[in-house]
Amino acid sequence: MLSLNELWFVLVAVLFIGFFFLEGFDFGVGMSTRFLAKNDMERRVLINSIGPFWDANEVWLLTAGGAMFAAFPNWYATMFSGYYTPLVVLLLALIARGVAFEFRGKVANGKWKGTWDVAIFLGSLLPPFLLGVVFSGLMKGLPIDGDMEMKAGLFDMVNLYTLVGGITVVVLCLVHGLMFASLRTTGSLQERARKLARKLMIPLAALFVIFGVMTYFQTDVFKVRGLALVLLAVVGVACFLLAGMFMSKHRDGWAFGMTGALIALSISSVFVGLFPRVMVSSISETFSLTIHNAASGHYSLKVMTIVALTLLPFVLGYQIWSYFVFHKRVHEKEHLEY
Amino acid sequence: MEALVLARLQFAATTIFHFFFVPLSIGLVLLIAIMETMYVVKGKEEYKRMAKFWGKLFLINFAVGVVTGIIQEFQFGMNWSDYSRFVGDVFGAPLAVEALFAFFMESTFIGLWIFGWDRLSKKVHMICIWLVALGTTVSAFWILAANSFMQRPVGYTINNGRAEMNDFFALIGNGQLWVEFPHTVLGAFATGAFMITGISAYKMLRKQDVQFFKKSFTIAVIIGLVASFGTALAGHQQSQYLVKTQPMKMAAAEGLWGKSGDPAPWTVYAHIDTDNGKNNFEIKIPYLLSFLSYSQFSGEVKGMNELQAEYEQTYGPGDYIPPVKTTFWSFRIMVAAGCLMILLGMYGVYLAWRKKLERPNKWYYRLMLWGISLPFIANTAGWVMTEFGRQPWTVFGLMQTKDSVSPSVTSGQLLFSLIAYCAIYTALAIVMVYLFVKTIKKGPYAENHTDDKSTDPYGKEGYHAVS
Repeated sequence: MLSLNELWFVLVAVLFIGFFFLEGFDFGVGMSTRFLAKNDMERRVLINSIGPFWDANEVWLLTAGGAMFAAFPNWYATMFSGYYTPLVVLLLALIARGVAFEFRGKVANGKWKGTWDVAIFLGSLLPPFLLGVVFSGLMKGLPIDGDMEMKAGLFDMVNLYTLVGGITVVVLCLVHGLMFASLRTTGSLQERARKLARKLMIPLAALFVIFGVMTYFQTDVFKVRGLALVLLAVVGVACFLLAGMFMSKHRDGWAFGMTGALIALSISSVFVGLFPRVMVSSISETFSLTIHNAASGHYSLKVMTIVALTLLPFVLGYQIWSYFVFHKRVHEKEHLEY
Repeated sequence: MEALVLARLQFAATTIFHFFFVPLSIGLVLLIAIMETMYVVKGKEEYKRMAKFWGKLFLINFAVGVVTGIIQEFQFGMNWSDYSRFVGDVFGAPLAVEALFAFFMESTFIGLWIFGWDRLSKKVHMICIWLVALGTTVSAFWILAANSFMQRPVGYTINNGRAEMNDFFALIGNGQLWVEFPHTVLGAFATGAFMITGISAYKMLRKQDVQFFKKSFTIAVIIGLVASFGTALAGHQQSQYLVKTQPMKMAAAEGLWGKSGDPAPWTVYAHIDTDNGKNNFEIKIPYLLSFLSYSQFSGEVKGMNELQAEYEQTYGPGDYIPPVKTTFWSFRIMVAAGCLMILLGMYGVYLAWRKKLERPNKWYYRLMLWGISLPFIANTAGWVMTEFGRQPWTVFGLMQTKDSVSPSVTSGQLLFSLIAYCAIYTALAIVMVYLFVKTIKKGPYAENHTDDKSTDPYGKEGYHAVS
């Protein structure tokens, strides 16, 4: 049986996996508005394809943050105060992007739309990049002292390893988003989305390999969880090949499932590699934050477990229903809300 | 500047800004849900148009409310990490439940509502907006549960040098929560209602779409009056609770240095001299403070000097008197704005009752246009009083504000984020007001996108995606 601390570690991981799987594709679609759409109408089709979903997808991040606060207050406190500046940029990006979807279509003016288009692009590009940097940093180790305070300089947070991590997450989300666009659009836009996704598979493979090798040398996660990580990697390679195969056969739904599986496996690997730590200290192993020294008390975790396990089925149920309601493709000729 | 000052400034600025949008969302969505229900029950297109028109304003507002809320959730960890470590065990739970219960509900069903007009049956579509309304109110409940713990900590023990939860039901049964929640949520309903009455009054003044706005006005003014009156009653409950649980806040809100005497008079105006701990000039109404505190015309209220001495005994040496002038005046501003709302609402209901809305009520409609600002003033002043009045504590009696900030965050970082947030919030405010004015000027009979070509989404082109 899992202890409550372990269970909450898994739940936080699940929330982040859900976040990257779901918001990952709307980040990808958001990025693609910049280069995939040839005109305003195509851009609108792309935005409308994620219109009903992006807000609920973002809530996965908020819930992950809330779960960290409730279950591992020291993790939440150390990470959020330590990664101060990247998080400020992340927040600004999410703010600009969120209102951009709503505001963009309200005024028929090229400059107006152009401004919000930039917000949508940067707001979709920066968050996955920054979160990629942050999550790679958790594995690589950060200067966390005996008081659990993280006093990181710029190069502790941003270095070659974490940059590669950030770029990998961006490309992964982009491919995932392009597959989602292939699922919800038609005609030449759909064709271009498929084509670009296939083209990006090679750089994505390269990034995975480089990041994997760097992880081997830069972190201790293979020493700690070598077998599990190798297994995850094997499954990942299989998913990757299947994704490529489905793409070339124009089985968009299956290909989207596979890119999603790649995201889930990547995020799982981070959490598997960390376990039972939540943040690795580069100063001393004994200063690392773990699921024990960062956690709330037993009572609090128990209450939260009951609440979460009661509510989660409902949340999943109505979210799945909303995807069912909007399963039809977005078409230029129909009424577009955004 | 000192990190503590900057962190407090940032919390005040971002929270006040966020709380312009939140109550408006809570109030508007309730009214829209009522309008859509009338559409479903009565089957008149006019009500659908109403839900859609006010829905446009709601959505612009909702977007800003959502994105500014993200900062709120991150801010505790970023700027107040010592606070987060100390209370996370208790305080984190309601925040997590809020996200899990309310945020998912709001965001999923708002998506279904916006995009689902043609894809869902009338009834299901109506249920979606009610679920959004429920989500916003539930969200308020949980965040206020967290705030109530700061006002009156319950259901915890001090263990391992921090507050640990030992009774979840005490947390949600907190007396503070049950006076704070109705007061805040009813105030939010009034905020949405006064937005609609104000805009409708403006449109009727301009003689544009008078029938449409007359109906909107009637629905909103009834809700507005009931909610304002309810807010006042709940506020009275809250002040009685305050005397018992946070007497210092009450004393500061009254500018009461010494004992009040029995029966206690209520001070309308005072020239407060905080340096010497006295008031130089006061205008008082006899009996009223006794009534506010105990619902009867007798009873004494403790003053700040006496409480300061008591607190020094309990908590050790220190200054336990909150900023008196801010607490005193924010309370009076809130009460004055609330009373004006009740008066304006009563006259509006009278006009609607007597079917006099179509007459040229020029001065009243102009007042109602300006009246849009009243609930915002009251909401802000109310929170300023609540949060300033609790100082020097973040969690009353347990943790002081000066011990709550993040040790690892520099004042340079705080200044950078403060400037960045203020800049983006200013831009948001300008854009939002612009879009509000534009939407209102267009009126309810304008189409969203002029380049829309309507076809049946269930037609040939809309075939099943996963094939």
